[in-house]
Amino acid sequence: MTRPLDPVRRRIVAGASTAAVLGWPALGRAQADVIRIGHLTPRTGFLGPLGEFAVQAVDMAVAEINAAGGINGRKVEALKEDSVNPQTASTKAERMIERDKVACIIGEISSASALTISQVAERTKTLFINTGANSDELRGKGCKRYMFHIESQNSMYVKTCGRSLMAQGLVKGKKWFSLTADYAFGHDLLRVAKRFMATAGGEFAADKLVPTDATDFSPLLLEIRSAKPDLVISNLAGNQITNFLKQYSEFGLTFPVAGFGFDTALAWGAGKGNFLGTWPVVWHHLIDTPDTRRFVAEFTKRYSRPPENQAWGDYNAIKLTAQAMAELKSTDSTKLVEHFEKGAKFGLMKTREGYFRKSDHQMMHEMYTVQALPAAEIKNAFDIFRSSAPVPGPNEPLEVIAATAEENECKFA
Amino acid sequence: MLLVQHLLNGLLAGAYYLLIALGLSLIFSLGGIVNLAHGAFYAIGAYLAVSIGASLGFGGAVLIAPVAVGILGVAVERVLFRRFYKADPALSLLLTFGLAMVAEQALRMIFGAAPLSWAIPPALRGQVFLGDFVYPRYRLLILAVAVACVAALWLLLQRTPFGRVVRAGVQNAEMVGALGISLEPYMTAIAFLGIGLAGLAGVMLAPIFSIHPAMGAEIITSAFVVVVIGGLGSFWGVVAAAVVVGLAKGAVTAAGYPQYSEAAIYLLMLLVLLVRPRGLFGERIQRFE
Repeated sequence: MTRPLDPVRRRIVAGASTAAVLGWPALGRAQADVIRIGHLTPRTGFLGPLGEFAVQAVDMAVAEINAAGGINGRKVEALKEDSVNPQTASTKAERMIERDKVACIIGEISSASALTISQVAERTKTLFINTGANSDELRGKGCKRYMFHIESQNSMYVKTCGRSLMAQGLVKGKKWFSLTADYAFGHDLLRVAKRFMATAGGEFAADKLVPTDATDFSPLLLEIRSAKPDLVISNLAGNQITNFLKQYSEFGLTFPVAGFGFDTALAWGAGKGNFLGTWPVVWHHLIDTPDTRRFVAEFTKRYSRPPENQAWGDYNAIKLTAQAMAELKSTDSTKLVEHFEKGAKFGLMKTREGYFRKSDHQMMHEMYTVQALPAAEIKNAFDIFRSSAPVPGPNEPLEVIAATAEENECKFA
Repeated sequence: MLLVQHLLNGLLAGAYYLLIALGLSLIFSLGGIVNLAHGAFYAIGAYLAVSIGASLGFGGAVLIAPVAVGILGVAVERVLFRRFYKADPALSLLLTFGLAMVAEQALRMIFGAAPLSWAIPPALRGQVFLGDFVYPRYRLLILAVAVACVAALWLLLQRTPFGRVVRAGVQNAEMVGALGISLEPYMTAIAFLGIGLAGLAGVMLAPIFSIHPAMGAEIITSAFVVVVIGGLGSFWGVVAAAVVVGLAKGAVTAAGYPQYSEAAIYLLMLLVLLVRPRGLFGERIQRFE
């Protein structure tokens, strides 16, 4: 039976014969046409709700870049996969780099997975931009020449929220009861929070570790009620935060609540009447700048819901990488690293531009604290908090909220 | 006082495991199907509650969602489970494992991965105060619902002709067949009840737990532990196991180790299996020997 070749096969045959004539591997030619970016983030499990925003943001950023003609005339293609867990994350990173020849890897939310991806990135000299993992350790002991962080580190979250808590008189001489997610991120955050409390003159009434798949917080809520702390601190992550908030209001506890790790989608999931307290955030959809307004409008048009902070991280990571590739006219990871280290500035939809700090590759940028609105003032399911002014203030250097070299030393190998 | 509260709180955790474990146990006992998708029906119950609750309120959701989930259960029983009653249990295990994954991903595609918000209705908010003892009213309601379900199911199984056939079918399906009774409609009814109960658990827990696509996977393991400890085929075994598991969780928490309360129930299961491989009240069932 003879059948005409289908178009795809015909193209492959044509490509192969041209390649043979030119003495050039077909694969190499195909790659010259597009710039591939690997995107890894948890899309299932307790961080999955955030990963979904990341993926949507990547699609939107890539579509915008391609609609504007691509990078140096080449289209961008994002290869997106669920990073699942640290082992799978590193296997997939390896495959994307070695088989799919991605120019860089962008993404991640789990600090444990970001660490394993960074090891692959360092070994293969491939740029990795961390968009959602907060551990200080990734910027300290585990820092890597080829890893950059658009997500803020735990120290920035703690110092930002800490300022607001000090202003409310909830720190000096006060007793905190903290709940901490029992994995890399939580342990790191607890360490940073304890350091903050030690210098600010407060103490911990108790600190409890909570398994990441825990759903029932009632035993802990009973303990909190009998401990009568001045402040309840959440170092929780993902769905834990939603579960905690819902049950905290179910138990009718009245101690003030604050958190050192936060994602807007989890507050939306807890909803009106359940969301309460003071929380630090790297970006949120109510920031009053033209770039934020445009981003929120476009994202909402596309996906029928406003973007949350994880969408901001992945969108801006893609955009700033594209911007750097265009300026350098190169996708070479080593050149990109040098470019970032020279202090290239990036508009991040905030009032001030940001830059990667050379010493640990942490993005220096403004942060915010948000405070839950009373139920009576809430008009829709998304605008359920009010924001502080940017932290640090306009007359302070951006670095004041970041970890100092003594607190978190980074030595690039 | 805190000890009593922790024990009561543990019992309550037992109550919501029970709502899921009862159905698991029934479907396994009668059909020999280990339904790994049972957690998915719990999740579907929660999502339906939010969708129905948006227009009909909490009351409407409690009435309609469990029935809708039960009907879905009937469809799954008729189309899928029925083909596996006589097959190797490993095959139905694979089937329901796959079904659980398909259901979770379907929820993610329809409703998105972000948690949906749903709150306790205002009338059921608030706490009950008895001296030093304070407990949320809504959790006590869940306990009451679980107790009512246990009582109703017990009456159905022990005091009705329907129940007699089901119990006979659990003991010896072939003999029931020889007596000229087809178990097929009974299995469909049990799927409706068991899976409907999982849906009810989803509705009841939706206001206090995060509603997200993987919520079923979070609860299914603990429910299985209850079934295994209780022993297959035993109604009161499952109820007793739920109480024991709840008390064990409460006691470990009261001793100051809430972070080990999940681990404690697996340890308990290990001990029970070492001493009594058939579970606390497990009956000797010929076809599983």
